[in-house]
Amino acid sequence: MTRHWNSLAFAGFAVLSLTSPAIGAGGPTLQQVKAKGFVQCGVSDGLQGFSNPDDAGNWSGIDVDVCRALAAAIFGDTNAVRFTPMTAKERFTGLQHGEVDLLSRNTTITMQRDVALNLEFTGVTYYDGQGFIVKKESGVTSANDLGGATVCTQTGTTTELNVADFFRVRGLEYKIVAFDKEAQAVEAYEQGRCDTYTTDQSGLFAIRLKLANPDAHLILPEIISKEPLGPAVRQGDDNWEDIVRWTLYAMVNAEELGVSSSNIDEMLKSENPEIRRLLGVEGSFGESLGLSNDWAVNIIRRVGNYGEIFDRNVGAGSPLKIERGYNKLWKEGGLQYAPPIR
Amino acid sequence: MKRRSDAFSSLAGDPRIRGIIAQVILLAVLAGVFGWLISNAADALSRQGKVFGFEFLNDTAGFGIIQTLVPYTERSSYGRALLVGLLNTLLVAALGIIIATVLGFLIGIGRLSQNWLIRQIATVYVETLRNLPLLLQIVFWYFAVIGSLPGPKQGYSLFGTFFLNNRGVFLPSLVLEPGSGVLAISLVLGVVLAGVIFFVARVQRLREGRSFAALPAAILALIGLPLAALIATDFPVSLSWPALKGFNFQGGVQLLPELFALLVALSTYTASYIAEIVRAGIEGVPRGQSEAALSLGLTRAQALRFVIVPQAMRIIVPPLASQYLNLTKNSSLAVAIAYPDLVSVFAGTALNQTGKAIEIILMTMLVYLSISLFTAFAMNIYNARIKLTER
Repeated sequence: MTRHWNSLAFAGFAVLSLTSPAIGAGGPTLQQVKAKGFVQCGVSDGLQGFSNPDDAGNWSGIDVDVCRALAAAIFGDTNAVRFTPMTAKERFTGLQHGEVDLLSRNTTITMQRDVALNLEFTGVTYYDGQGFIVKKESGVTSANDLGGATVCTQTGTTTELNVADFFRVRGLEYKIVAFDKEAQAVEAYEQGRCDTYTTDQSGLFAIRLKLANPDAHLILPEIISKEPLGPAVRQGDDNWEDIVRWTLYAMVNAEELGVSSSNIDEMLKSENPEIRRLLGVEGSFGESLGLSNDWAVNIIRRVGNYGEIFDRNVGAGSPLKIERGYNKLWKEGGLQYAPPIR
Repeated sequence: MKRRSDAFSSLAGDPRIRGIIAQVILLAVLAGVFGWLISNAADALSRQGKVFGFEFLNDTAGFGIIQTLVPYTERSSYGRALLVGLLNTLLVAALGIIIATVLGFLIGIGRLSQNWLIRQIATVYVETLRNLPLLLQIVFWYFAVIGSLPGPKQGYSLFGTFFLNNRGVFLPSLVLEPGSGVLAISLVLGVVLAGVIFFVARVQRLREGRSFAALPAAILALIGLPLAALIATDFPVSLSWPALKGFNFQGGVQLLPELFALLVALSTYTASYIAEIVRAGIEGVPRGQSEAALSLGLTRAQALRFVIVPQAMRIIVPPLASQYLNLTKNSSLAVAIAYPDLVSVFAGTALNQTGKAIEIILMTMLVYLSISLFTAFAMNIYNARIKLTER
């Protein structure tokens, strides 16, 4: 009997210690995440290279790797993450209502979303831009030839507005057919309901692979908008925002400093103070986030640096084979730039 | 003390008082639940730092809509987009109700036909369409039927005037030129005149038992007047012919494939329910009625038209009204195939661009509620008119 009471008391204590907020353990979101033991991550309902489930239900993609990196930073375990697929229409409401801890869902940063929807964007995982895909047989080679075209797209996205602006500015006629789900929009394009399908150019590369005959389609060279895609969190929890922000920065800094998943053990012995701070050998940056000091080590060892996740998911090492382009490091002429860890 | 408890138990024992107490409690509970819901929503809004309000309706929408019954551009407001979506919903609902009613009556009567083949076809129709999910049928019509039509350049054409392809159906349209006002007035006059002719004929028939041929006279008024106006004003209208230009047909009117698929799916599906209602209504009329009609020398068609259907209508109309409401509400499945209805345009795109979820969902629900109540109201009036008049 006493034994039972003891174990019950122990269980109660264990629960208490898990749920009671320890001082300096981070903001409410981090505490909730630690208590439930995983990160709940809102992803797309299937976009190759960004967030896509395989036959066994395992998610992969650059957006998925951001979630996994976050799980690695918090728990040291890339599997301590669960994914919620969300349509473009559902995503913000889902985040606002706490169904997910963050969105990592090829979401464009815009002022409206930042300011009026009370979200916080924590960085850019991928610099994208909106493009068009057409059938080669149509003879169209430039977006400027699209006057009078019927355009398929997905509702509830910035693309709907960009396309309106694009044609309005040029004084061209167009017709828009806006579907709820991307799969249906693409199906309608392939069947010939529309002359062109428009979405972020990276998405077009992914979609082209899925079409019956990828070579019969052409992605037009023009980019008609700026689409910086990045993770978003709810406004009001600065600590959680910092954790998501610096998870991404840690990966970009790691690439810049030449730290990768393959050389991390040697790098731990490095004398370079920048690397020592990144890897928590010097300073206590992890602790100030409410994490352990080896947070970045866990990210790089288990997920990799930014270059690795880009290459693996969308770049040369993936079926998409998208050029680094704007997503090169700033030192190489791209836009990826992370503030220093110091 | 004893008296008081007696008084109390007699109060509680009084069924009238007890009923009032129960209603008061129910009202309090309902008020409590609604109060909690509202305060919860207000809490959630203030936590997200959002302000409840409808000012956004004046903001520029910025997105395009493929089918607009009223002028609309990207520069129009969200309020205007609401109107466009609403009209698109009403269009598909009104057309759907007409087609579903005609089809439903034909099939319902077909199920009672003497002809074995017609009866079997009607039965298979009802049992198939009624038992497949509507969403599936909509997607089928859109992607499998219309989607497999050839493109504009290889599409079908009839006399080079009507075109059918995967962009929809293209028909010539009338273009009104200045001076066509007379024509419009003559059209209205024609309709009014036809109504008057029918009314006079009816009065005469009731009084004298027979009357003049009202139908030809009415048709003459409907066609003759506008024709006379056309000739008098030297034909101020012209036809716009659809023609392939660039990516697509220009000119004429275009029936969108989205509208077509939605309309076909909604009306064939609802018709299967209406058919059953019609069959039940006809079978609800006592057999003696048709036997009496036939023995009076009426033909089968006459018996149906003058004896059976008028009586069956009293049974048919109330459930028919609820099918009309269902059709209207089901039209919101349009969002699956990109038909720009109220839900797709307003509760979809506009909601996503503005983030005004509570306001927009509330407004959308209110609009559907109004449409449904109005339909029910109209059907109630009709129901009251055909009610059995007791003498």
